[in-house]
Amino acid sequence: MAPPIHTMLAAACIGFAAPAAVHAQPLGLPPLHIPADNPQTPDKIKLGDKLFNDKRFSSTGLISCATCHDPNKAFTDSPLVTSKGIKDLTGTRNAPTVVNAAYFSLFFWDGRSPTIEDQAQHPIINPVEMGLSNHDPVLQIVRIDPEYVNAFRTVFKTEPAQVTMKEVQKAIASFERTIISGDSPFDRWYFGKDKTAINAQAQRGFDVFLNKGRCVSCHVIENDQALFTDNRFHNIGVGINRIQNEVQDFAPKFLQAKGSGVDVDKAVLSNPKASELGRFAVTDSLDELGSFKTSTLRNVSVTAPFMHDGSLKTLRDVVEHYNNGGITNKTDKVNDFLSGGIRPLNLTEEEMSDLVAFLETLTSPQFAAQRAAMGTAPACNVKTPASLVAAAAARTVEHSPIKTAGQP
Amino acid sequence: MSHPINRGFDRRQFLKNASLTLAGTALPITMVELAFAKSSDSFNFAYISDSHIQQIKGNSFVRNWDRGLLRAVAETNLLAPRPDFIIFGGDLAQMGSKPELDHGAELLSKLNGKVYHVMGEHDYYLDLGEYWSKLFGKQYYSFDHKGVHFVVLNSILTYDDWTFNRWPTAQQRMAEMAGLDNPNGSPFMVGDKQRDWLKKDLAKVKKDTPVIVFSHSPLQKIYKGWNFWTEDAEAVQALLAPFDKVTVFYGHVHQIQYNQIGNIAFTSAMATAWPWPYPQAYAQAQQLLPKLTVQMNRADPFFERDATGWQCIDIATGRASVNFNLYNNATRTVAYDAQAGHPKDVGYQLDEKRIPPQIHY
Repeated sequence: MAPPIHTMLAAACIGFAAPAAVHAQPLGLPPLHIPADNPQTPDKIKLGDKLFNDKRFSSTGLISCATCHDPNKAFTDSPLVTSKGIKDLTGTRNAPTVVNAAYFSLFFWDGRSPTIEDQAQHPIINPVEMGLSNHDPVLQIVRIDPEYVNAFRTVFKTEPAQVTMKEVQKAIASFERTIISGDSPFDRWYFGKDKTAINAQAQRGFDVFLNKGRCVSCHVIENDQALFTDNRFHNIGVGINRIQNEVQDFAPKFLQAKGSGVDVDKAVLSNPKASELGRFAVTDSLDELGSFKTSTLRNVSVTAPFMHDGSLKTLRDVVEHYNNGGITNKTDKVNDFLSGGIRPLNLTEEEMSDLVAFLETLTSPQFAAQRAAMGTAPACNVKTPASLVAAAAARTVEHSPIKTAGQP
Repeated sequence: MSHPINRGFDRRQFLKNASLTLAGTALPITMVELAFAKSSDSFNFAYISDSHIQQIKGNSFVRNWDRGLLRAVAETNLLAPRPDFIIFGGDLAQMGSKPELDHGAELLSKLNGKVYHVMGEHDYYLDLGEYWSKLFGKQYYSFDHKGVHFVVLNSILTYDDWTFNRWPTAQQRMAEMAGLDNPNGSPFMVGDKQRDWLKKDLAKVKKDTPVIVFSHSPLQKIYKGWNFWTEDAEAVQALLAPFDKVTVFYGHVHQIQYNQIGNIAFTSAMATAWPWPYPQAYAQAQQLLPKLTVQMNRADPFFERDATGWQCIDIATGRASVNFNLYNNATRTVAYDAQAGHPKDVGYQLDEKRIPPQIHY
């Protein structure tokens, strides 16, 4: 089956082919900012798509961007907890969806990359992702492969020898900027004023989302569009809770390693402890210890598991975690660096179910079939037994191929 | 360079250099002074204040205030190299009770390093400091550290008549002193006895020795309605006047303030509990806002830690650089500017550089 998103991609291309025609903005999304130095063109988007799917850009020839951002899985690798790169090596983080990623102001879970163009270069040379030691093999391929030679000539007016990673990244970014989706039942209900687009339970869930659940403070909704993110970083008690007792010793050590030249991108993906430092690993700011980027909530029904470490299996688990005030199990210790916005919510069972029902309405039509194939809706509203959560957490730590920062 | 902090340097390069020269672990805030001043006359300490630990009932305490102190303690413990000591600036408790002081002391016990305590009015007016003194010792004292003379004052005393004769119960006395805009309140003061002690204490100190004073209330008169005030401030300032370099640190106001009066540089501390707004009197013009008689909520009500924080203070050649670690906000530094002759907010002097107010859904 063709990836469903391609319908939209085609539509976008038609829009570009006839510049006079304004292609329809998906309902619920704001206009997408396109940087002046990287305008969208149909050929560039097509080239980006090809690069995105090219497995030759990995040390084993088996991994492409699309391996972990699979169009058939809403551009994630669901249901993997953390992504699998070359030789089945697992990283520390759950693959975030590419869908609507173009709207973020910073990239990766910890925001360590400033643009979608910049982001694309890093997985290629990360030892647990695509595993190349540098970008040269990529350039060799795009400078020799006739299809690429032609495409780069057409798109960038560049001769093969002059192609650099800059053009490669620009093309991938342009492709990713087409992977946007709104038009969810929620959008039709809230922005489209279709009263029957979501059911009564989901509408009650939206009330919980706005009020008692306090969700909207970070998963922002505007008057005319909703990205469900504040583009900020918060410590919500995920991941950091596992290394609480070690933070005092480890955080300063990590900074010292960073000061002596350790690559943050490699360290956070291969060392679970470094990973849990979150945005602190990027900014050195105490205020951001254990903080991660606010994800969008669009299409969450098809992108399980959740959180930067994939440690929460169902949407119900996520809601319970927040309801407990930033701890997955009620008896866990709250971490000292918890963001001020996180506190126990005292939601009832019914309110939690309603909230999950609301989250299910954020699925765009392109992913409705995928959602349907996953089985009955309650799957998202099932709490994972505490014993399984603990086992999953333990696994994440055990699987770490690396013991200390700086030894990838 | 007018002060030891220069935020313009390249941090990555700096960290690289620093890690080559230091065997220990490193966080950037406190390492700055090591790079820019002689290590012989510079050091740093942490300063946490106004945690207002509040008992609800039995073992139940206000979560929000607990979390503020827990976080400040955990972050202070991450400072490397370790601060030489830690100051707790007063108002550990909210209503001065034994359970509150005990719980607060327990949270503070996680701090690695020596802690010096300052008396706040919320610690004092239930039992007039009796239990606090059992836990933390003297209410006013001095000590010397690396060439600096430190003085800790109990500046939240008031007129004896108010303290001893006015109130039917100790609880009511505490509650009256805790209120803002309360006509039944009474202005803070250091008092004759302590000023006599201070005079004698300072008599032993050479005039070119840097003096750093900690009080809970500002040793200056800012706003009487909220007791941002010390009644005998001028008399205390007169005792400090003969010294070349004097710095006064105070809590109580839950906001960033800095000032220079004669030879004395003043800088306040943030609270870990909640922020106070700036009193309307600061605007020096009629504002027609409703009079604030209740506790202010968060600057951003969603983020309970917003507009709270704690300080790490670098001392170099007797002058202070106060680094405010602020949650949900950029770190700010108020450093003594030798050329200007007063403390300056390093990053936000110019109007166009100031932090705009937060906008939130």
